Amino acid sequence: MISEQAKQRMRDLASRYPVARSAVMPSLHIAQLEEGYITAEGLQAVAEAINLTIDDVESIATFYTMYYQRPQGKKIIHVCTSISCYLRNCDALVEHLEQRLQIKRGETTPDGNYSLKTAECIAACSSAPALQVNGEFYEHMTNERADALIDALDQELGIERRV
Amino acid sequence: MPELIITKNLDVPGIDSLAVYQQYGGYTALAKALREYQPDALVEMMKVSGLRGRGGAGFPTGLKWSFLAKNNMPRYLCCNSDESEPGTCKDRVLMERMPHRLLEGVIITSYACHVQTAFIYVRGELTRAAEQVEKAVDEAYAAGLLGSNILGSDFSLDVIVHRGAGAYICGEESALMESLEGRRGYPRLKPPFPAVVGLYGGPTVINNCETLATVPAIVAGGAEWYASFGTEKSKGTRIFCLSGQVKNPGNYELPLGVPMRTLIYDEAYGGGILGDRELKAVIPGGSSTFILGADKIDTPLDYESIAAAGSMLGSGGVIVISDETCIVGAIARMSEFYRDESCGKCTPCREGTFWMTEILERLEHGHGEMRDIDLLLDICDNVSGKSFCPLGDAATSCITSGIRLFREEFEYHVTHGHCLTGPGSKQQAHETVQAVGSR
Ligand SMILES: Cc1cc2nc3c(=O)[nH]c(=O)nc-3n(C[C@H](O)[C@H](O)[C@H](O)COP(=O)(O)O)c2cc1C
Ligand code: SF4
Repeated sequence: MISEQAKQRMRDLASRYPVARSAVMPSLHIAQLEEGYITAEGLQAVAEAINLTIDDVESIATFYTMYYQRPQGKKIIHVCTSISCYLRNCDALVEHLEQRLQIKRGETTPDGNYSLKTAECIAACSSAPALQVNGEFYEHMTNERADALIDALDQELGIERRV
Repeated sequence: MPELIITKNLDVPGIDSLAVYQQYGGYTALAKALREYQPDALVEMMKVSGLRGRGGAGFPTGLKWSFLAKNNMPRYLCCNSDESEPGTCKDRVLMERMPHRLLEGVIITSYACHVQTAFIYVRGELTRAAEQVEKAVDEAYAAGLLGSNILGSDFSLDVIVHRGAGAYICGEESALMESLEGRRGYPRLKPPFPAVVGLYGGPTVINNCETLATVPAIVAGGAEWYASFGTEKSKGTRIFCLSGQVKNPGNYELPLGVPMRTLIYDEAYGGGILGDRELKAVIPGGSSTFILGADKIDTPLDYESIAAAGSMLGSGGVIVISDETCIVGAIARMSEFYRDESCGKCTPCREGTFWMTEILERLEHGHGEMRDIDLLLDICDNVSGKSFCPLGDAATSCITSGIRLFREEFEYHVTHGHCLTGPGSKQQAHETVQAVGSR
């Protein structure tokens, strides 16, 4: 559900910019924060707040990869696989995480806890290989550090034991 | 240790806050600019300083500011903090650790260019950087450094932090403006250039984050002082993002003109090649720039010398490749990036980046044919210079330069079905199954 406060923030944004239309991206961010991905309701709320058609908003939402078109895991792991991380063996890191989480890149665990994705250069080239969990950076990664990270996340999510 | 300008005091605890930034002299340059200089004098100062853009093209900053059309339309400033060029990781650090230095640069630049609304476009993935810049903006409003009548002057400025949402192309200046206007990030036809018809149709200055963060130091220290660093034509210092197969990767601020060898081998910086291997190649300015062979190691890192060596200083992302790495695999990986990030607006780039990647991958996996190598060059020829925006050209750089320098490695993939060097080669294949280049 998109809350009334969220809708109000979208309307405020529309008047903050010189042209209301510019508020479409921040409003989509708000909608996604509310619901975890871009839903039909989210599109509608943005369209109403900024006075655009739903199709118009949708065409923008589908251009940018950060607006998710379907539900994601609670923890979204983005492993950078661009050149600087590649030269520091990010592929082995991705494979390690695939084994640990028992999913392939691009998938979400059946319990809905983790999504594992590969990402284009995340501006952590000098501390490669690097990944992000829900936007937070983890750099100079090794398989051991990746395991420790998943252990900590498991604990946070209340996951007892992963087989 | 050479003098630091952009990254000076970057490690001071709490420097991300307004109070500590001011303790270290923050915003005195802004006060000086407002008190002692007319806007045009600041534009002149930037010209004399020799500052050139740190976003990619290296355009002289003062000159760019002086090109703004004189008409009745509102003017805008866009700070390009969309940092996403593979190999580049400096703007993120500046925003996370010292957002006020950037903001001070934004305010001074706005004053110099008669701008009343400025935007800081932060790449969507850089959550913490955006939060830090937003916090700095809030603090600045509360302290009277933004808003109406800044520091008691008659200059007023509104700053809006705008977050991107995952699209490399939005770093291209016209696509960035499209995105800011609330549309898909498709590049615009140029001319007209942003300085004439930019954001919301108004004359617009667009500068990279590091470029703008350099402005306060130039105002504080003077144009001549800044111009005393660097070389005759490439003035000042810049942040080199050293990454790849080097012992101490990191962001190093150095005067322009420093030899590439110093950055890569000096103990104070790169410290040499990872695992004491041999240097094979360097990509000097982010993945969009041409690959240089190891013989170019003594080239000074300035705009002219790198151009003469056959590449570009670009975004300052120096990517080091050792003889452990198969060049075919590395280039295939870079090519994937452009395929995925092509916005799809024009055919040469949309189709070209797809096919280039397909062919590179079949070569990498040993299914390629000899004629694929020339086919690749042929496609590059049809993409470069024939695409709507520079992303198309950029996608071909690593391929054309890579084949020119390392053709035998491509051929080896065809004749032997695996890498000539590195973990993917026959000798090592069974030992390191998961290592680079073996897939
Ligand atoms: C495909 C593409 C991506 C770009 N990405 C960035 C970027 O992420 N950051 C940036 O500052 N400039 C980027 N640029 C360069 C900008 O178009 C523009 O030249 C620059 O922001 C101007 O600032 P400067 O003069 O201070 O360097 C990109 C250019 C292209 C063609
Ligand atoms: S060159 Fe590529 S990125 Fe640029 S407009 Fe064409 S398709 Fe889009």
